[in-house]
Amino acid sequence: MTTKAFGEPIRRREDPRLVTGGGRFLDDLGQGALEAAFVRSPHAHARIVDIDVDDALEVEGVVAIYTHEDLPGRVGEPLPLLIPHPALTHGRTQHALARDEVNYVGEAVVMVVARDRYLAEDACQRIRVEYEQLPPVVGVAGARDGVDLVHPDVPGNVAAHLLQEVGDVDAALAAAPHTLDLDLAIERSASMPLEGKGVYARWDHETEELRIFSSTQTSTGVRAAVAAKLDLPLAKVECIAPDVGGGFGVKINHPWPEEVLVPFAAKTLGQPVKWTEDRREHFISSAHERGQLLKIRVGFDDDGRLRGLDVRLWHDNGAYTPYGIIVPIITSTQLLGPYKPGAYRCEFWSLYTNTVIVTPYRGAGRPQGCFAMERTMDAIADRLGLDRAEVRSRNFIRPAEMPYDHGLLFQDGRPLKYDSGDFPATLAKLKALVGWDDFAAYREEAEAQGRRVGLGIGCYVEGTGVGPYEGGHIQVETSGRVNVATGLTSQGQGHETMLAQVVAHELGVPVDDVFVTTGDTRRMPYAVGTFASRTAVMSGNAVALASRQVRAKALRIAADALEVSAEDLEIVDGDIRVKGAPDTHLALGTVSVMSNPLRYAFDEAANAATQFAGPNDPDKPPVADDDEPGLEGRDFYSPTQATFANGMHAAVVETDPVTADIRILRYCVVHDCGPMINPMIVEGQVHGGVAQGVGGALYERMVYDESGQLLNASFMDFLMPYASEVPRIETDHLETPSPLNPLGVKGAGEAGCIPVSAVIASAIEDAEGFPITSMPISPGELWDLRRQHAHGDLPTLARHAAYPNSQEAP
Amino acid sequence: MSEVDDVAAEELLEVRVTVNGVPREARVPARRLLSDFLRHDVGLTGTHVGCEHGVCGACTVLLDGQPARSCLLFAVTAQHHAVTTVEGLGSLEAMTPAQQAFTECHGLQCGFCTPGFLTAVTAFIAENPDPTEDEAREAISGNLCRCTGYQNIVKSVLRAAELQRSREGEPATRHTESGESS
Repeated sequence: MTTKAFGEPIRRREDPRLVTGGGRFLDDLGQGALEAAFVRSPHAHARIVDIDVDDALEVEGVVAIYTHEDLPGRVGEPLPLLIPHPALTHGRTQHALARDEVNYVGEAVVMVVARDRYLAEDACQRIRVEYEQLPPVVGVAGARDGVDLVHPDVPGNVAAHLLQEVGDVDAALAAAPHTLDLDLAIERSASMPLEGKGVYARWDHETEELRIFSSTQTSTGVRAAVAAKLDLPLAKVECIAPDVGGGFGVKINHPWPEEVLVPFAAKTLGQPVKWTEDRREHFISSAHERGQLLKIRVGFDDDGRLRGLDVRLWHDNGAYTPYGIIVPIITSTQLLGPYKPGAYRCEFWSLYTNTVIVTPYRGAGRPQGCFAMERTMDAIADRLGLDRAEVRSRNFIRPAEMPYDHGLLFQDGRPLKYDSGDFPATLAKLKALVGWDDFAAYREEAEAQGRRVGLGIGCYVEGTGVGPYEGGHIQVETSGRVNVATGLTSQGQGHETMLAQVVAHELGVPVDDVFVTTGDTRRMPYAVGTFASRTAVMSGNAVALASRQVRAKALRIAADALEVSAEDLEIVDGDIRVKGAPDTHLALGTVSVMSNPLRYAFDEAANAATQFAGPNDPDKPPVADDDEPGLEGRDFYSPTQATFANGMHAAVVETDPVTADIRILRYCVVHDCGPMINPMIVEGQVHGGVAQGVGGALYERMVYDESGQLLNASFMDFLMPYASEVPRIETDHLETPSPLNPLGVKGAGEAGCIPVSAVIASAIEDAEGFPITSMPISPGELWDLRRQHAHGDLPTLARHAAYPNSQEAP
Repeated sequence: MSEVDDVAAEELLEVRVTVNGVPREARVPARRLLSDFLRHDVGLTGTHVGCEHGVCGACTVLLDGQPARSCLLFAVTAQHHAVTTVEGLGSLEAMTPAQQAFTECHGLQCGFCTPGFLTAVTAFIAENPDPTEDEAREAISGNLCRCTGYQNIVKSVLRAAELQRSREGEPATRHTESGESS
């Protein structure tokens, strides 16, 4: 047992219960509760003509059936638009149960509550909904032409249009010695946690209190939203996130229709009600992300330095915009990566389609932006015949230029101002790790064997740890046990461990004495949620600040008792002792006893704090006017802006000359998230992110047909990578501290997935000798590109004209 | 839909399954999935359901020692067979090599898919006590994990095999059929 905790790869506190079947996930709770199932729209766009539930009512075990007209007051009103923005002029949100019209396959129309899920689904099958079909709008191109409309009162299907410009882009492009145009596309994917969403609600009619358990990334958000919907005092509603089986973004949106309807039913019926999302429901009624088209015009000089960058992008936001326009805002700002763009303009249109809503998925718009910027860098290098790493390096913001203000507004409404980062050092490490300068020799060797290989690179900067705030509460029990609460939630990132390390380090106690609770509004009612790689930055610093309060109080009490100055004291392994004279000491638990003057003893240790236990000062109250009983501290961390992590990835891929099969031979990551609280956990986050990135680059896409049916809504058809598809990931780290927060840390959660599509595209392009402009890419698509290239429909990269085995365009 | 025309109460069948060494019985409909039987009738929620169509492997249990997807089996199919779930492997105090290896190697993040990996790996290292890295990767290629990128799971498989080998010769203190943890 050691006090050394910060920076150590210690084993996770969560794991023993999770490997022995002791996890408590949403569906593990509420045994015996009534269960809900939903009738969902089979049409992408239709008017509801009639709903007939009579047959369903006959199913034995059915307790209640609800349609929109059964929803009273605010329960029946549209769900909240969580993040309004002045540019979101046509924000629309859905009703918890569809009223009059459905706008995507999967939209909830009827809720059945029954004795168990089997019976609820039986009843759903007996409900007849008559629809009048309307023309569906599918895909960005379909939305952009504006012929058919998703919402009749939203012209051109444009939910939002936003333009940000720094400098005079038209003039910069006109004056640039070279310009290039790129047309790029990224398809839809999704977070796809192994555990879907789920809600379990209990109404106590005697105390009129509601307890909600939700598989959510924000329990405070769900609590506030449900209290408002059900018109309940906040004090009568609590929300707890139990063990959550992955989130990756999809569980930050709230309240989902089910998060309103299940508590509503529990309250109305006076019985516990539960809903556990099944996999098909997750595909068709949760959220997707990524789908964008981008047009780039870039101007640059003879050295490859950017003079001006003009980006237009069309973002598919699906049928509704509950989460605002966060994703395209992030794409349009984080696209810049580690580079100085010269003059910069980014204009985006966020468009409605009759498909599942789009809300952030790990990376949250950054993979698209990174893909656009990095394709641009490769194109410039090729045009000028320069090394691709060299062109990037020439455009880097240098360490001496930090902090660097891009002059844009970021997703938190605050300046896009990089706080720190050493991009040249990151690149140097990456080149060493992958063997950048030796690759030409490797390629030659491979080509001699008839193999086709390519090297790709991608660089990114990630704004992490956005506000507005998180809090930490710390309480030291008389046993010395340290209870820590923070309000944001956990979905497998090891917060119980990582935050315990921070507190152990700050307080001077063994990690094993620290117990962390997340996502429980009873323990910390003020919180925002887990997204934007923010836990280490936000809650990490909040619990550090709260620890410092507790430490100061403990030292003050101990100093009085030991009759020494507080400055002469230290806390080691939970023991407060005089520096240099460790025999004069007090256990932290004893100080906890002393901090709380008692009338009633509850155990042997507590005797010492009772009123006749020792002398007192009759002129002073037992608790001083400016003090509180107990050894506790509570503080909040609220930063002025995000802190910016960065990283660079490289990959070696091999493409089969005959089958066009694509294999990743090596995948290298250099990552800088500042000082690592637990390097093992950071590494794990990077691995998981890269795996999701590989899925997005080579396998995963949401296949909608022209009528708006999702054709691959199962794990059989939506190809998430297994172990056989994910390469071994080689990692190296920099630890450039952030000057913005007490711990100097930056976020790490999303990083791994951001540049992967860019890197793999770069590597395939390098192997094949023609541009790759659309991701993901399958062997079939690569094979098709080869044919187009052979027919002269695709240009040959300039540098490939020199390769002996390259095919020349006719 | 004529197939659901019969709204009469379902016929219940007596199902007897030995779960983690303990005979269990319940009266359930013929359509009750083994996964639901374990989770809701027996009350062992360690077995998780990730897709309900046999692809993700989260619900993997051992059926007479062999990995099987409990979401693709009816409870009645397991009649008179022995099922081992994650609760029947080891306990907090006495983890099996697979359980211990996953905690040592950061082989899990959210832990939702983990029970399926643990049961599959337990069967694998019983069959192949000294696998290569490629064999370890192949062995877990029927289970989906969305968190870890699999690298540390591969490491965990190799470590589990190593732990198992080092425990060989020790007196058998526990066995997968010795009963469930509380």
